Amino acid sequence: MFYREAGQFKSSYAADQQIFPIRQDRIGIAAILIAAFVAVPLFGNEYWFVAILIPFLIFALAALGLNILTGYAGQLSLGAAAFMAVGAYAAYNFQLRVDGIPILVSFICAGLTAAAVGIVFGLPSLRIKGFYLAVATLAAQFFIVWCLTKFPWLSNNSSSGVISAQRIIIFGHEFESAREKYLLVLCIVVLMAMMAKNMARSSIGRAWMAVRDMDVAAEVVGIRLMHTKLLAFAVSSFYCGVAGALYAFCYLGSVEPDGFSLDLSFKILFMIIVGGVGTILGSFLGAAFILLLPIFLNVTLPWIAELLHLPINGATVSHIETMVFGALIMFFLIIEPHGLARLWQIGKEKLRLWPFPH
Amino acid sequence: MSTRAIGDVILDLQNISLRFGGVKALTDISFDVREHEIRAIIGPNGAGKSSMLNVINGVYRPQEGNIVFRGEKRHNMEPHKAAEAGFARTFQNIALFKGMSVLDNLMTGRNLKMRSNFLLQALWWGPARREELEHRRKVEEVIDFLEIEHIRKTPVGRLPYGLQKRVELGRALAAEPSILLLDEPMAGMNVEEKQDMCRFILDVNDQFGTTIILIEHDMGVVMDISDRVVVLDYGRKIGDGAPDEVKNNPDVIAAYLGTQH
Repeated sequence: MFYREAGQFKSSYAADQQIFPIRQDRIGIAAILIAAFVAVPLFGNEYWFVAILIPFLIFALAALGLNILTGYAGQLSLGAAAFMAVGAYAAYNFQLRVDGIPILVSFICAGLTAAAVGIVFGLPSLRIKGFYLAVATLAAQFFIVWCLTKFPWLSNNSSSGVISAQRIIIFGHEFESAREKYLLVLCIVVLMAMMAKNMARSSIGRAWMAVRDMDVAAEVVGIRLMHTKLLAFAVSSFYCGVAGALYAFCYLGSVEPDGFSLDLSFKILFMIIVGGVGTILGSFLGAAFILLLPIFLNVTLPWIAELLHLPINGATVSHIETMVFGALIMFFLIIEPHGLARLWQIGKEKLRLWPFPH
Repeated sequence: MSTRAIGDVILDLQNISLRFGGVKALTDISFDVREHEIRAIIGPNGAGKSSMLNVINGVYRPQEGNIVFRGEKRHNMEPHKAAEAGFARTFQNIALFKGMSVLDNLMTGRNLKMRSNFLLQALWWGPARREELEHRRKVEEVIDFLEIEHIRKTPVGRLPYGLQKRVELGRALAAEPSILLLDEPMAGMNVEEKQDMCRFILDVNDQFGTTIILIEHDMGVVMDISDRVVVLDYGRKIGDGAPDEVKNNPDVIAAYLGTQH
């Protein structure tokens, strides 16, 4: 009843192929964007920006990057955090060593550096796939973190490789407050998400999905596997690299190589699994779920305990938090292995018909 | 039968031998395919029919032999070069891209013809956007031709078997091939579905002049629609010629029905 395309006739292929062909989607997206760009900056407070919104957007971007590689092109990777590290350190070094380079340019260069590294570590994908490839990408994870610790030049000779991000100045304006940083991150994430959506619906996206679904058939219709897979690695690493640069510059301020450990890679992988493999929306839902649920539990558990007059302390809260979190992940994966994005899609299909049975 | 004129030899396979380790899949097979004809490959299970198709479009590399395509001689094809040269094919066990819609599967068939780079595509900018629309129009023609308008937005994994076979034919047709390789296009279909499929194959051949190489087990179909038939058994060629000749060839009868020793 609420969500249906009845009466929305398409009279041209252009209308049918626009990015959001259904009016309700367009309204929804517009509403979210207005809320994110106008309402949130007006009413949000420091805690929301620093602890919730900025990390959510940055991790959504990293998840988007991994989703391009794993969800669309079907190449399982455990190196997302390593490519974020490349991005963070590259952005730092470009700022440090190139005089007068605008910060946005060094973010792009950071992405390109990560893309180049991604291509190198994507080479094994030409021969192996699935779990074996995942193990091969572990090499990236360990090698890159090792490099960043081992070569002091990369962190400008700081002890144990810690870098402190430079100030963010764009056209003479310094982005200092959390609100400004939030807006900067939001702009970049929205732009890159739109670009990912466009790639997913054009020939490059179809080539990726074809390689994922049936590589022999893809080769027979004329898709060059090597080119397609390496491009997926490059684009994915670009996204992770930019996310890493934002992670250092807009979120943490100073990072160390060990911050980009395998744990972080797994976290990003869980985001796309929980959110939905092979969907743009899923990257955002997954990032929200993995990041926000612990915060939510942290806030609500003591409150529930108080309601039930149970004694509770900080340690118990964090234990219960971990348990509930794990249980919820299993619960969601059992009811919908294709992730939250699929649940949303099923919901939409139900809403098309509701309240009629068919 | 249609009235199209069968042309010269377009594809000539010369002494093809293919081995997997000690297993001889194909031994010294030669035959040719003329332009615009429907050429059937038949034979009992394990005769090497699918291997033959895989050699033709480069999925397998034969150890010996040559492939002459449009006068150009080469030892083996490569899949994407074959696709560029105008080969398209369907597979015995459907090889569609399961996670994608019918429309996207067909559009993928045209990927080779799309030239804009991924940056333009990411921005959905000018040429990339125009290109999408142009190819969409072509794909819609194929959709009309195969009468699958109602399922164009459906993910192919949800379609019944017969329709999936048709969509796979559509993906091959979307590439506007000059040679179409069909690996058991009618396997597992009921009579009506087979009739539909035969009609499509004949129409493709007739309207677009596409040369068709076809593997099929249904002898009625093979004898009705093909111009010439190659018979393989245990990786060797045992018969070649018009359907009637092949039908009366004692070696062929022996291969299918067995002989008295």
